[in-house]
Amino acid sequence: MSAASAVAAQVVTSTLASGRSKDRDLRSILFLGALWLSLFFGVIVLVALIVDTAIKGSGRFDKELVTNYASIIFPETTGFKAGIFGSIWLMVCTAILAIPLGVMAATYLEEFADTNRWWNRVIEINLQNLAAVPSIVYGLLAVAVVAIVGFDEKGVLIGGAVALALLILPVIIITTREAIRAVPQDIRQASYGLGATTWQTTWRQVLPSAVPGIATGTILGLSRAIGEAAPLIIVGLGVSVLSVPEPGIAGLSDSATSLPNQIYNLANQSRPELATAASAAIILLLVMILGMNAIAILIRNKFTRSW
Amino acid sequence: MSTQPATATTSPDEPLGISLSIDEEAKHSVIGEVPAEAVMDTYHLNVFYGDFHAVHDVNLQFGKNEITAMIGPSGCGKSTVLRCLNRMNDLIPGARVEGAINYHGQNIYAKGIDPIAVRQHIGMVFQKPNPFPKSIYDNIAYGPRVIGMKVDSMDDLVEGALRDAALWDEVKDKLKQSAFGLSGGQQQRLCIARTIATKPDVILMDEPCSALDPIATSKVEDLMMQLRKDYTIIVVTHNMQQAARVSDRTAFFTAKPDETTGNRTGLLVEFDLTKRLFSNPEDKRTEDYISGRFG
Repeated sequence: MSAASAVAAQVVTSTLASGRSKDRDLRSILFLGALWLSLFFGVIVLVALIVDTAIKGSGRFDKELVTNYASIIFPETTGFKAGIFGSIWLMVCTAILAIPLGVMAATYLEEFADTNRWWNRVIEINLQNLAAVPSIVYGLLAVAVVAIVGFDEKGVLIGGAVALALLILPVIIITTREAIRAVPQDIRQASYGLGATTWQTTWRQVLPSAVPGIATGTILGLSRAIGEAAPLIIVGLGVSVLSVPEPGIAGLSDSATSLPNQIYNLANQSRPELATAASAAIILLLVMILGMNAIAILIRNKFTRSW
Repeated sequence: MSTQPATATTSPDEPLGISLSIDEEAKHSVIGEVPAEAVMDTYHLNVFYGDFHAVHDVNLQFGKNEITAMIGPSGCGKSTVLRCLNRMNDLIPGARVEGAINYHGQNIYAKGIDPIAVRQHIGMVFQKPNPFPKSIYDNIAYGPRVIGMKVDSMDDLVEGALRDAALWDEVKDKLKQSAFGLSGGQQQRLCIARTIATKPDVILMDEPCSALDPIATSKVEDLMMQLRKDYTIIVVTHNMQQAARVSDRTAFFTAKPDETTGNRTGLLVEFDLTKRLFSNPEDKRTEDYISGRFG
């Protein structure tokens, strides 16, 4: 081995193979520690909350929780039938109201609107802002809408559905627009090149290709709506109800409540059995929301297409 | 080329009063032998994107049952011209066309002309194979369905289009499978089949082989030679050998930078029989390009 190459080998040993890593100096480790701490703070608080609630409610994971109505006289068997079915009903009605409106509005903005026109830009900016409006404001708006439509009495299903639909409309519009935008321009050009109209191109190519994104966004929007309590209080769905809306159109004007509202009502009660039931119901609500998110993820994975 | 400063000129042959800072020498284009029977022609075609002058004063004639190739360096406006021929440029915001494009004597940019109807007569094949995310069968059937073509048997029409595109034997057992399962070359021939299923008169091809390997390219070229019997084909290509192999006539474009803004405006330099253009070009710029000295 020549002297020069021996020196080179020594340099390599002292720099490349020194046994230390520059990524492991004090500052890097402190920074990494801070990142871990932030992560754990969020996760630990959430886990502690869920575990604590689950333990508190553990005595009440029984059939009566789902099949019984609320009762203060028999607090040990009080149930959330009205809230659970009310929430399911609300979700169905909200979806029927919000999805067609949201998807059509997004389709117009993406495929038909001329973005050079000032009014289209104003609409766009306002949509972004609407997504940030406090949910209680939508409750107030829904009261007005329902009164105009003709349901004077408060606390009816349709009122709650209108409030929740207004609430998630911006979310649906924004996510649908993103899904439509993700459809490659190639597909549109191919369709136009064959002599298809804008309507045919949108309806037969763009929207079918955007379905996974639209479905994901819609379900995430609905899972936000199912957890809302404030706008429903404003439209009068916060009171205790001992019935389930009738199936069909007639049910729209029936009084109803939602699971979050029922939990909120019970949380104010002093009887320990009722607090236990409320804890169990919170876990139930979490399971419903997780279930909806799981469906969203499944749809996304199943239908996602690589172009 | 010219070192003298650009001057705004308004010469007598300047169409429609457009004045440009392109010097006279650069604007000159050599028109050789033009087709006897033209299906389409452009008349003083100028294309703008907003304020940007993309293509300057193109006069071309596209012969019936001929393959016309448009070649030239990047940014010379050849694809822009192609996209004007079936009004696909309408889809680009800010695009504007001056002059005329005549299809059997009818200006397709005249008032009252429906671009959708234009595209039913003048089909298009794109650079990247772009099949729809549907089955092979539905890819072919889509065009006839959307334009409301009267067909006795869609099955026969699909088979005919696939046979004409020399793809039938390769896909006849998997018509119901996704078109994405095909290779790139097969996808491009599927796109050609999809275009001829609507029975157009003219087929525009925008660098149809640039995303394909040499074997797939030669299949598409064979197909183009076949289709020439029934269709008029206009093809944009980066590949000079391809133009020399398949086309009857060639138009050579180049880009001339505006001396004040630096924007590159496309110009037609020479248009002639392919044989003559490649063996005996009249314009120095054509000669430089085909001999590989620039571009």
